[in-house]
Amino acid sequence: MNEYADAPGQTRRTMLKGAAALAALGYGAGGLMPEAYAAADAKAWPADAFKQKGEADALKALYGKGAEASDKINLDAPEIAENGAVVPIAVTSSLPNVTAIAILVLDNPNTLAAAYKIPAGTEASVASRLKMAKTSKVVAVVESGGKLYSATKEVKVTVGGCGG
Amino acid sequence: MASTIRIRAIAGGDTTQVQSLISHPMDSGFVKDSKGQLIPAHHIEVVEFEHAGKVVFTCLWGPAVSKDPYVKFSFKGAKKGDDLKVSWVDNKGLSDSLVAKIQ
Repeated sequence: MNEYADAPGQTRRTMLKGAAALAALGYGAGGLMPEAYAAADAKAWPADAFKQKGEADALKALYGKGAEASDKINLDAPEIAENGAVVPIAVTSSLPNVTAIAILVLDNPNTLAAAYKIPAGTEASVASRLKMAKTSKVVAVVESGGKLYSATKEVKVTVGGCGG
Repeated sequence: MASTIRIRAIAGGDTTQVQSLISHPMDSGFVKDSKGQLIPAHHIEVVEFEHAGKVVFTCLWGPAVSKDPYVKFSFKGAKKGDDLKVSWVDNKGLSDSLVAKIQ
């Protein structure tokens, strides 16, 4: 929650306003409510792609093609991640007409970690946090003009994020 | 917390930067509990961000996304005061949504 606490302009008042707006809309009752006002559709989730092991198979299942290396993708990940449960990974690209970004962790039990759809008007940039089981190559894949491009970086993990 | 979603969208000139945090266990299905039983996978599959009736960003997440997932992105065409709708659904069919004002 630090992003919020540190962000300028976020006051207690705006938080309360948000809470009041929620209550007014009838969402105040509690957290996990099945099918309340849902627009996100689970059918859009590519279950098959998320089961694949290996970069080529995951990309084939997700996009139906392979990727070529590109220096126009900036993959921002730590050299060493102390905690594999929370590895901050950001991908930006200067490629034109980007329609999708995917992040793969090659040595995780399942290769594909996350995929993002980028419609026109949205920047080719995403930052999020992933779990990593152990030291692994992380691959950022960007779809630009119907072709796939990738960038790779190795992240060393000192404590794995898959526990047990 | 009233909602599982916390979102902050700030319009700066042409571009609106969105940061969101969703409260969710994101169980990977590979972790055992204290009795040695595997905790079944429970993770968000799809998150959608919608502005003015148009989807501006879609996340497709596997179990490798960290607990209480955070995501940041930027899009064009919105202004201060506009609504931004967020919704998510997980692999157990649970879902939540929120309409936030762009600041």
